Amino acid sequence: MKYLKNVATLQYDPEKCTGCRKCTEVCPHAVFEMKDGKAKIIDKDRCMECGACALNCEFNALSVGSGTGCAAAVIMGMITGGEPVCNCGGESGGVKSTRCC
Amino acid sequence: MKPLQMNNNTSSSSSGQNCCAPPQNQLKLSPNLEARLQAVNSVAEIISEKPSWVTGVINTPSGLVPVVTAVWSREDHWGQIRSRLGAYRMEYTVKPGLYAIGTPDAVSDIFVSANYKLSFDILRRNLSGINGWILVLDTKGINVWCAAGKGTFGTEELINRVLASKLSGLVTHRRIIVPQLGATGVKASEVKKKTGFTVYFGPVEASNIKGYVDARYHATPEMRKIRFNLAQRLVLVPIELTQGFRYVPITALMILIIFGIQPSGILFYNAWFEGWPFIVLSVVTLLAGGLVTPALLPFIPFRSFALKGLFAGAAVIAPLVLLTPLGGSSMFYRASALTLFPLLSSYLALQFTGATTFTTISGVKKELKIWIPIYIAGLVISVIMLVLYKLQSWGLV
Repeated sequence: MKYLKNVATLQYDPEKCTGCRKCTEVCPHAVFEMKDGKAKIIDKDRCMECGACALNCEFNALSVGSGTGCAAAVIMGMITGGEPVCNCGGESGGVKSTRCC
Repeated sequence: MKPLQMNNNTSSSSSGQNCCAPPQNQLKLSPNLEARLQAVNSVAEIISEKPSWVTGVINTPSGLVPVVTAVWSREDHWGQIRSRLGAYRMEYTVKPGLYAIGTPDAVSDIFVSANYKLSFDILRRNLSGINGWILVLDTKGINVWCAAGKGTFGTEELINRVLASKLSGLVTHRRIIVPQLGATGVKASEVKKKTGFTVYFGPVEASNIKGYVDARYHATPEMRKIRFNLAQRLVLVPIELTQGFRYVPITALMILIIFGIQPSGILFYNAWFEGWPFIVLSVVTLLAGGLVTPALLPFIPFRSFALKGLFAGAAVIAPLVLLTPLGGSSMFYRASALTLFPLLSSYLALQFTGATTFTTISGVKKELKIWIPIYIAGLVISVIMLVLYKLQSWGLV
C-alpha cells in the first residue's frame, strides 16, 4: 500500500553520502537501496516520514519533515496554530486521544 | 560497583530463583549516584509489588535485577485484550529499568523496550529460550514506534537508562539491541559517544529477534519491513469502534430532538418515526469508517484516505438510502442523508491515518487542506436539506 504521490518531504544529497548503509538499516519501507557505494532512493512515495534515516545519518545527507501523521493531531495543530501534537501519553492537557499509538 | 548483598541469596549471576524476597534496605551507595538509587528503588518496588510475570531476582555486579518469565499468564492475555479495546491502554505500564529473562550473564544480549506493558510482553514472549537482559525505557506507557516519534523512546532516555542501570559493569560486550522502529527516536552515534555502547537496530517485529540474533545480528530485508496486513489492521478495529461508539448516544439524542421538533413542540412520534433511519445510518457509517475501511483498505480504490472513506461510505449508505425504508419518502430527507453520511465516513477514514504504518504527515495535511472545506460545505448542504424536509413535512414548501 502506498499513500499520496509526490508528497513525502524526504530530501537526499548524494554528495554527502558515504555509503554507510545506516539508512537502509533503519528504513521500514525499503525506500533506499545501495548502488555504486551510495544510497539511492528507489521509491520516495513509500516514505512515511518517520525520520529514522535523517536522525541516524551522521553525514547530514538526509532530511525529512517528520511528525505524527494523525488527522486529529493535525486538526488540533490547525486550531491551536501550533505543531501537530498527539496527546496520547503526554502530560499536557487538551483532548486525550486513545486512538493513535 | 560492589555487588549488592541480599538477605538470603549470595550466589551472583546464576539462576537464583529467589522469588520475590524483600530487598535489604541498608544498601551502601555513593551519595552522588542518585539515578542509581532510583533504579534500585524501582527494583525494590517491582519486587514488593510481585507482578505475576516476575519470577525472581538475580544479584548482578550492577545490583538486583528482577527476572521475568517469557510465558504469558491469563492476566497478561486479559491485559492485552483490555488495552486493545480502549482507554485501559493508557494505564497499562511496567516500571522502566533493567530486567532479566532466562539466566543471563556477562555475555548476554541487552534488548531495549518501551514501558507500555503490551510492548514489553510481546518482547518477553519472543525471548523465550533466550538468556538476555531487557532494558525498559520510560516512554510514558506508549509503544516503541509512537514513543520514538515523540522522542520519549529517544536518545537521551536511552543514554540515561544505560548509565543508571550500570550496563557497562553488567556485561563485557558493548551491544544494545534496539527495535528498528525505535530508530525514529534514537540516534545511534550519540548513544555510542555517551555510553560506549553500539546500537544494533534489530528487526521490526519482535517475532524475528531469535532469527536476528542467530544470524549474528543480521536482519534480512524482510525483517526490516513494516507491514499492514489484514490481522494487523483488524486488531485496530475495536479501538476505532469504541472511540466512535462513545458518540452514538449523544448523536442519537440530537437526531431525535431535531426530528421531534414540530410547530407544536417536540413530539415523540416524529422524533422516533422520522429519526430512527438517521440513527441507523450513523451506526452504519461508523461501521463503514471503523471496520470496512480498515479491513478492506488495500482493495478500496484511491490512495487518498478521504476518498477511500467517501467511497466506502457511499457504497454502504447509498443503497440503504435509495433502496430501503431508511430513505424515507422525501427527496430532501434522502439528499440530506446522502450528503452527510458518506462525508462522515470520509472523515473517519482520514482519522484512521494515525493508525496506519504508511501514511505521512505531509499527506494528511494536504488531505485536510482539501477536505475540511468540503466537510463544512457538506454539513451546511445537509442541514439545508434537512430544513427543507422539515418545512416540506409541515406543508410550508
